[in-house]
Amino acid sequence: MPNKTFFWFFLPTGLAMILFIGLPIISTGIQSFYAQHDQVVKEVKKCDPFGCTVSIVVNNEETTKLREAKPLGKFNGFGTYVDRNHLAIDEIKKFWNETESFGAFVDQVTNLPFYKALIFTLTYCLFVTPNVLLLGFIIALSLNAVARKIRGPLIFGTILPMIVTPLVGSLVLFWMIDSQGIIGANIQNLMNDPYLSLKSSKTLTWITIIIYGIWHHSPFAFVVFYAALQTVPQEPVEAAIIDGASRFQRIKHIVLPHIYPVVTFVALISLMDNFRVFEPIIGFSAEGSAQSLSWLIYDNLVNEEVILFGSAAATSMMTIVGIAILLAPVLIRTWKEFKTAR
Amino acid sequence: MRKILVTLLFLLFGTSAFADCNIKSGSINILANDFPALRTFVETSKQCKGSADFKVTHSSEHNKIAVPALTANPSEFSARIAANSSIVPLMNQDLIRPLDDLVKKYGKGIQDSQLITIDGKVMAVAFMANTQHLYYREDVLKDLGIAVPKTYEEVVAASEKIRASGKMQYPYAAAYKAGWNLAEEFVNMFIGHGGEFFKAGGAQPNINNAKGVATLNMLKKLSELSNPDYLTHDSEAIKVEWESGNVALMTLWASRSGTLLDDEGDPNITKATKLTGPATVGGGNIPAATLWWDGFTLAKNRSDADAEATFRALAHAASNKKMVADAADQAVWLVEGFVPGPKSIGVIEAVKMRAKPYPMLPQMGLMHGALGSEIVEFLQGKESAEQALKDVEAAYISKAKEQGFL
Repeated sequence: MPNKTFFWFFLPTGLAMILFIGLPIISTGIQSFYAQHDQVVKEVKKCDPFGCTVSIVVNNEETTKLREAKPLGKFNGFGTYVDRNHLAIDEIKKFWNETESFGAFVDQVTNLPFYKALIFTLTYCLFVTPNVLLLGFIIALSLNAVARKIRGPLIFGTILPMIVTPLVGSLVLFWMIDSQGIIGANIQNLMNDPYLSLKSSKTLTWITIIIYGIWHHSPFAFVVFYAALQTVPQEPVEAAIIDGASRFQRIKHIVLPHIYPVVTFVALISLMDNFRVFEPIIGFSAEGSAQSLSWLIYDNLVNEEVILFGSAAATSMMTIVGIAILLAPVLIRTWKEFKTAR
Repeated sequence: MRKILVTLLFLLFGTSAFADCNIKSGSINILANDFPALRTFVETSKQCKGSADFKVTHSSEHNKIAVPALTANPSEFSARIAANSSIVPLMNQDLIRPLDDLVKKYGKGIQDSQLITIDGKVMAVAFMANTQHLYYREDVLKDLGIAVPKTYEEVVAASEKIRASGKMQYPYAAAYKAGWNLAEEFVNMFIGHGGEFFKAGGAQPNINNAKGVATLNMLKKLSELSNPDYLTHDSEAIKVEWESGNVALMTLWASRSGTLLDDEGDPNITKATKLTGPATVGGGNIPAATLWWDGFTLAKNRSDADAEATFRALAHAASNKKMVADAADQAVWLVEGFVPGPKSIGVIEAVKMRAKPYPMLPQMGLMHGALGSEIVEFLQGKESAEQALKDVEAAYISKAKEQGFL
C-alpha cells in the first residue's frame, strides 16, 4: 500500500486514537504531577442525634479561593511518584541501610503497596502468558486434527471462557472454590483437612487467579492460532511426511516457523492484557491476598471516601511505563524483522 | 400474585389515603444506599411528590457515585441519603447546602434532635440510627450453659466452648472482608479500647500504640474463630452463614436484623436468633461499636426550586408517624412517634452504653481506607501487629499529604 493511501486509510482511526486515548493519557500525566491544596480546616461545633462535639471541618470559603486561583492543585512534581504508596524511594533507602540481610530487605520492600502489587502483576503475567500460548497452541492443533463434522461445536465450546464476562466467570469459580462449594469441599476431603480454604491462603488465592487467567485467556490464543493453522501450506507438510518426519518434527520445523509472526502477536496482546489484570481480583474478592497495579488505581479512585486523583494518575502512568518495558524486547524484535523484510 | 394485587390496590387507594404535600413543580432525584428501611423512607416521601418529577437510585455503590454526581452542575441528584461517614466527603467538597430556611418553612414535624448541625448550620436531617451489635443463638448457648456474652473476651471464650463441643466449627462471624468492612471492625474495636485515631488538634495518626496492638490481637482471635474465608465475607455473606446455621455468635448491623429475622430460611434458626447490645472490650465501659445516623442532604448544585420540592417530600417522610409505626421492624427511627420493638434492642443498648458516633472528621476516610488494606497481612499471620500499624500510619500519611491534610 502506498504511504499516501495508508495515511488516508489510517486517518479516522488515528484521530479517534488521539482524541480518546492520547489526550486522556496526557491529561492523566499532567494530573499525576499535582496534589491537592493544603486543606484549610476550622474548629466548629457539630451536633447530631447522639450529642454535640467540637471537631474540625474543611473551611470551604478558603478552599474555594485556593481552588479558583490554582484549579489543578498544588504542583508536586514527582512527589506522588516517589511517596510511600508508590515507588517509595526514601523507604527503600532506609530499608537498605537498616536491614542486615538481603532477605529482610526484600521482605520490607515487598511489604510496600506498589511493590506488592507489582510482584503479583508480574507473577501473573509470567505464569499466564506462556501457559496461554502453549495451551492455545495445543488446543488449536488438536482441533485442527479432528473431523470437520464435529469441529464447529467443539470450537464454540472452546471459546466459551472468552465469551463469558470475566466478572461472571470469576464469580462462578469463586463460588465453586468456597469451602462449601463443589471444588473447595472436595479438596478438603481429598487433603483430609477441614480447615483448608482456597480463599484464605495467599498462595492458593494466587494459584486460583492464575488458573482462572489461563482458562479465560487461552481461547483467544486458540482462535488466532487456529486461523493461522489454516494457512499452513500442505505441500511441505506432505513432503515431510514422505521424508518420514514425525508429527512433532513437522510442527517444529514447518508449522511453528510459518505461524511465528502470529505467535509474537498473541504474546504481545496477552502480555498487555495480563499486565492489566483486574476483574478476577474483584470477582474472587481477593483484595486481601492479591493486589495488581490496576487494582491500586481502582482502589484510589473508589475505595476511599476521598478520591485520590494524583495517586491514581501516578499509578496509571507507571502501568503504561511497565507495559512498555515488558513489550520492549518483542517490539524491538518485530521492528528489526520489519526492517530486514524491507 | 398477591403482591401484585396489593400493589394495585395501593396504587388505586394509596394516593388518596395519603395527603400529598401540594408540591407544584420541581424535580426530585434521590441517591441512597440499598436496604429495606431506606426503601421505605423513599417510598414514603414519594407519596407526597405532588406534580413534581420523582426519581430514585438505590445502590450499594452509592459512595462511589455520590461525589462525582453531586460535583456536576447541575448535579445529577437533588438529594443524597448520607450517613456520618458519607456526609464528610460532601462537606469537604462543599457539595451540600444548608437547610435552615427550608427546615423553618417546611420542617414542622421534624424534631430538633434529628437535625445535624455543623457550625450552627443544619446540613442534614437524620431519620434513623444504626450500629453493629451482637446476635446470638439462644438454643446453642443454652445447651452449653453459656451466658449471653457482654464483652468480646466472653465472645471468644463462648466461641471456643462451642467449637470444643463439636457443635460448630466456626461459631463466630463478623464482616471481615478486606477493605471497608474490615476497617470498620478495626474502628469499632479501637474505639472500644478507648483509642483516638488522631493526635489532638491535628491530622497526625495515633494508632500505633498499645491500644492499636490490643485491637489487632482481639480481631485476630475473633478471626480464628470465624470461617477461614472471613477475608471475603461482607455483611450479606455472614448473614447467609447465619441462616445456614453455621454460626452462633455474630456482630452485624442493626439495619440487617429485619431481613435476618424474616420468614425466609429455617424457622428454627430464626426463632432462636436473639439480639443484644454491642460488646465491650479490654475492660472498657464504652461498647466496641460506633453509632451511625442516616439522614438526607440536599445537593448544592441544583436549583432552589428543586431543593425546595425535594426537601418537602423528604421532610414528609422524616416526620411521618405512620411510616415509623408501619415499619417499626425495619430500623430504629429517630422520627417522633417511634416505639422501639424487639429488633431495636441493639441500637438502644448501644446508646444507653454511651457508644461513640463514627468520627465525622475530614481525614477519617483516608484512615479508614489505609486500615482496610494494611491490616490484612497481620490477620494472615504474615506480619507483627506493630508492623501492621506502622504500615497503616505510613500509608495514611502518604495519602493525607497528597490530599493536603498534613
